[in-house]
Amino acid sequence: MASLVVAEHDNRTLKDSTAKTVTAAAQISTPVHVLVAGQNCDAVAQAAAKLAGVEKVLVADDAQYAHMVAEPMEALILSLADKYDAILAPATTNGKNYLPRVAARLDVPQISEILKVVSPDTFERPIYAGNAIQTVQAPAGKKVITVRTTAFKAAGATGNAAIEKIAAAADPGISKFAGEELSKSERPELTSAKIVVSGGRGMGSGENFKLLEQLADKLHAAVGASRAAVDAGFVPNDYQVGQTGKVVAPELYIAVGISGAIQHLAGMKDSKVIAAINKDEEAPIFQIADFGLVADLFKAVPEMVQELTRLGY
Amino acid sequence: MKVLVPVKRVIDFNVKVRVKADQTGVDLANVKMSMNPFDEIAVEEAIRLKEKGKAGEIIAVSIGPAQASETIRTALAMGADRGILVKADGDVEPLAVAKILKAICEAEKPGLVILGKQAIDDDSNQTGQMLAALLGWPQGTFAHKLDITDSAATVEREIDGGLQTVEIKLPAIVTTDLRLNEPRYASLPNIMKAKKKPIDEKTPADYGVDVTPRLKVLKVTEPPKRQAGVKVKSGTELVDKLKEIGAI
Repeated sequence: MASLVVAEHDNRTLKDSTAKTVTAAAQISTPVHVLVAGQNCDAVAQAAAKLAGVEKVLVADDAQYAHMVAEPMEALILSLADKYDAILAPATTNGKNYLPRVAARLDVPQISEILKVVSPDTFERPIYAGNAIQTVQAPAGKKVITVRTTAFKAAGATGNAAIEKIAAAADPGISKFAGEELSKSERPELTSAKIVVSGGRGMGSGENFKLLEQLADKLHAAVGASRAAVDAGFVPNDYQVGQTGKVVAPELYIAVGISGAIQHLAGMKDSKVIAAINKDEEAPIFQIADFGLVADLFKAVPEMVQELTRLGY
Repeated sequence: MKVLVPVKRVIDFNVKVRVKADQTGVDLANVKMSMNPFDEIAVEEAIRLKEKGKAGEIIAVSIGPAQASETIRTALAMGADRGILVKADGDVEPLAVAKILKAICEAEKPGLVILGKQAIDDDSNQTGQMLAALLGWPQGTFAHKLDITDSAATVEREIDGGLQTVEIKLPAIVTTDLRLNEPRYASLPNIMKAKKKPIDEKTPADYGVDVTPRLKVLKVTEPPKRQAGVKVKSGTELVDKLKEIGAI
C-alpha cells in the first residue's frame, strides 16, 4: 500500500527530522506520503514536496493543528489511516505525544524509536536507555512507528511531489493549547546541529555557560547540557541531552564538565567524534571519548577559544 | 476525586544491565528491582494533590509478577491508600497494560490517572497516551507542572523547544517528566502502616484482556561499543587535533 509520515514543523519550517523519517518510511512501504498538519503552513508543505521519495503531501491547515495538540492530531491521522499500512512520526516530543493514541485506536502495538529497518516488518530499537538493542518483528497489519531520527540519513531535496489539501477532522474538543515558552536562540538546534558543545554539573553555574557559548559561537555549534546541569537550574530543560532529554548524533560532540552518567551517554554516544574535558580522570565520559582532556574546564575552554581565534574561526 | 496511579516494577536505575549470552533478553536474576522512577514522581504528585485537598483516594495499580506487590507497597508507604495487583508473568506490552487500566478506570471512575512518561526498561513511552485514547480522554504528557480545578487540568509540558501549556478537561491522563517534583522517601512508621493497607489481587482475565505479546522479540543484543581514544594536554592541543581530523 503506502506509508504516511507525519511532518514535524513549526508552521514556518519543516524540521530535518521529517526528512529522516521519510528515509525510514521508504524502507518499509512505498509510496511515501507526508501529512503536514498545521496552520498557515504552506511553506512547510512546499518543503515537504521537495523531499526525495515523497509521492504526495497532504496538508490539513486548521487552527486546531497549529500546535499539534494530541487529541485533534489523533482524530486527523485516524481519518487517513485506512489508506496506509505504515504510519510513522519522528520520535520528537510531538510524535511521542500523539502517535501512541493512533496505535491504540487502531489496536496495534506501537514500535518506539526505531534505529534500523531490518526488513519491512522487523526493526531494531533501543531499550534500557540504549544499553541493549532489541530486534522486534511486528504482527501482520498496520505498523505504527516512531523513528529515532539520528539513526537515519535525511532524504534529499530533489523531489517534486503533488500537494493536496485535505479537510480537517472534527476537533474532539477536550483539550486546548494554552501557551508556550520557547527558548530563543541564534544558534543551531540541538538535534540538527553539526557540532554540539554541552556542559555538565562541572560548569558550576548558569553564568558560567557563557564560556561554553563563546566556544559554541566560534564553531557555529548548539549548546546542550547534562541532566545534572538542568536539574541544578543552570539552563532550561530543553538543553538536556540524554535518554529522557534529546538524543543527538552530531559530527562533533564536546562534553565539558560532564562525568558521563549512563543516561547522558545514551543521548550522545552515536556522535561521530566525541571530545571530553573533565578534571576527574576517572570520569566515565573518557571511556567513550575520542579525545580526552583531563583539565580544569575554566582554563581549557578559554585555551580552545584562543586557539580557534588564532586559527581564524 | 479519585486518582489512579499505575506503577511498574523495573530493574533499579542504578543497576548496570547485562544482555544475556543467548540474546533472549537482559539478565533479571538476582538484580535489584525498584519502582520505575517516573512512576515515583507520579505517586508523589498524586499525594501532593491529596495534601492540597484536590484529590481523594489514591489507588496504586501494578501489572506484573507477584513481586509487583512490593512496588505497590512502596506506593502505599509513600501515601497511596490502596492497591490493585493484576498478576501477569512475562512482558506485558503497553497496549495490553492500557486495556487493563481502561477496564480499571471504568470500574473505579477516577478523575485523574497519573503515570510515568515511560518505563526505564522498555523505554516505550506509550501507555499513558494509549490509555487516554482508549478512554477518549485528553492527555497532558511529559508534565513539568500540574494545576487542577474542578473540571479541568492545566499542564505545563516539557517539549523539544521549551515548555508548552495545555488545558484539558477532566477526567484526564497526565504523564510525568523528571522535573515535576522530587519524590519523598517513605518514613518507617508509614512503611509499617502500609502493610495494613489493602491490595486487591486480580488477573488480566478478570478484565477480559489478552496479554499475549503481539510483537515478537527476535533478539536482544549489546549496542556497538566505542573505544576510548587519545588524551590531549591542553585546550590548544584539543583544537589542533580536532582540526587535524577535519572535525572542525
